[in-house]
Amino acid sequence: MPLLKSLDSKSSAVSAAFRLKGGLFPLTLLEIAHYNCAEFEQQLQSKAAEAPVFFQQTPVVLSFEEFNGDLNALPLSELVAICKANGLLPVALRNSNPELQAQAKLLDLAIMPVGRVKAAAEEQAPAVETKAPAAEPSAAETEQTTEFSHSPSRIVTTPIRSGQQVYAPGGDLIIMASVSAGAEVLADGNIHIYGALRGRALAGVRGDTSARIFCQSLEAELVSIAGNFKVDEDLRNNHWKAAVQASLDEQSLCITPLV
Amino acid sequence: MAKIIVVTSGKGGVGKTTTSAAISSGIAMRGHKTVVIDFDIGLRNLDIIMNCERRVVYDFVNVINGEANLRQALIKDKRVENLYILPASQTRDKDALTVDGVERILNELAADGFEYIICDSPAGIEHGAFMAMYFADLAIVVANPEVSSVRDSDRILGILQSKSRRAEKGERVEECLLLTRYNPERVAKGEMLGVTDVEEILATKLLGVIPESETVLKASNQGIPVIHDTESPAGQAYSDAVGRLLGEEVEHRFMSVEQKGLFQRLFRRSA
Repeated sequence: MPLLKSLDSKSSAVSAAFRLKGGLFPLTLLEIAHYNCAEFEQQLQSKAAEAPVFFQQTPVVLSFEEFNGDLNALPLSELVAICKANGLLPVALRNSNPELQAQAKLLDLAIMPVGRVKAAAEEQAPAVETKAPAAEPSAAETEQTTEFSHSPSRIVTTPIRSGQQVYAPGGDLIIMASVSAGAEVLADGNIHIYGALRGRALAGVRGDTSARIFCQSLEAELVSIAGNFKVDEDLRNNHWKAAVQASLDEQSLCITPLV
Repeated sequence: MAKIIVVTSGKGGVGKTTTSAAISSGIAMRGHKTVVIDFDIGLRNLDIIMNCERRVVYDFVNVINGEANLRQALIKDKRVENLYILPASQTRDKDALTVDGVERILNELAADGFEYIICDSPAGIEHGAFMAMYFADLAIVVANPEVSSVRDSDRILGILQSKSRRAEKGERVEECLLLTRYNPERVAKGEMLGVTDVEEILATKLLGVIPESETVLKASNQGIPVIHDTESPAGQAYSDAVGRLLGEEVEHRFMSVEQKGLFQRLFRRSA
């Protein structure tokens, strides 16, 4: 098989120009209830004035779940232009309307599936609310954006069980119990776990490479900082079940013992 | 005010129904008016374990649908005073249960003077299990000392503290762990998870450890809840667990390998 061979030799000789990595990035949904060019622009401007930190080419997903009006007649290009002029960068559309989707394709917007995100949010929402009513479960509405500039830490005192997902947007996540296998904890900042980490922990999910993860006992399924991750198999070899911190050093994830 | 206790596990076959039968009998034997409800609509078993399968006329779903009243559906236990069984329907499916319907019946039972309402949950995390746990004040999570069962119990505990009515009100459901089919000899050999391992993973209060025992299967087949077998370690362990549930301080037993005494070795009496 000459073709395969040549491919093989080529790949070993030339260093890879790119690699694909998994990343998990929370996106803000811009849920549009009704649209009128002047009114929309005016409201967006006043919002931007309230929280200028947030409106700096922040990527948003356009959503029309609660839209009141005729979606077929919506001038998407105009709406996108207004967003861009006010520091929001629409990157995707979440709606099943074929007319809107066609417009979105012309504007180079990605099409997101409808519904799934909402269902997932519903499942995690109650757990989130019982523990820290002040924290935001997800960056779902533009009204919450003012909270972002505070960078609040989120403290959870109960164990994070298998199947639960806890996210601290814009700040640190502090868990004063264990994170079970099959559970997932995420933060834009650092993650502190005063118990065993048996599930998945993802710090710096918006790309903060200085974020760290601390835990009392490393038994994790996955540890990730700003998209650079190690799984169970790579972690088992050193400092397994020890108190450690994970940090990023030149794009590689380092596990070092605490103390 | 009636206390609603759900017996749940996530995984099937770990001993939920056996536990529901034993615990409800135990509580009633201590003089509290108790009802045990089978939430496993379509796969009812509690009636067999309680030996009342031939006395089922109306069931839980009939009462929810208003086809019968509670008095007609409740079956009085023949062994224990104060104990009643509300059997599941065998011909319907879980969708027959509604939040409003279940709430109405629980309220009626409480108004009728029942002090303890034991809800025997079906396996899984679907509608039936959800209905059984939704109104619970306390959850007994039944687990076997093996990894998959412990994982499922962990999942159930998470759902319990996020989706039940108490969780919706910002309160916590009291939770406790009952470890069943425990075999100290196999734990010592490293073939089974130990109590401390499970406690550490689940980080929850231990209600009791029920040793693996032939008497459990025998009791189920005969339709006599194992707690009535006061000779067997499993029956005694359930009795201890009931004591702890009612607030007594009872030391844990049957957790380590017993050194067989001379007499036991001579007679080879197995539990």
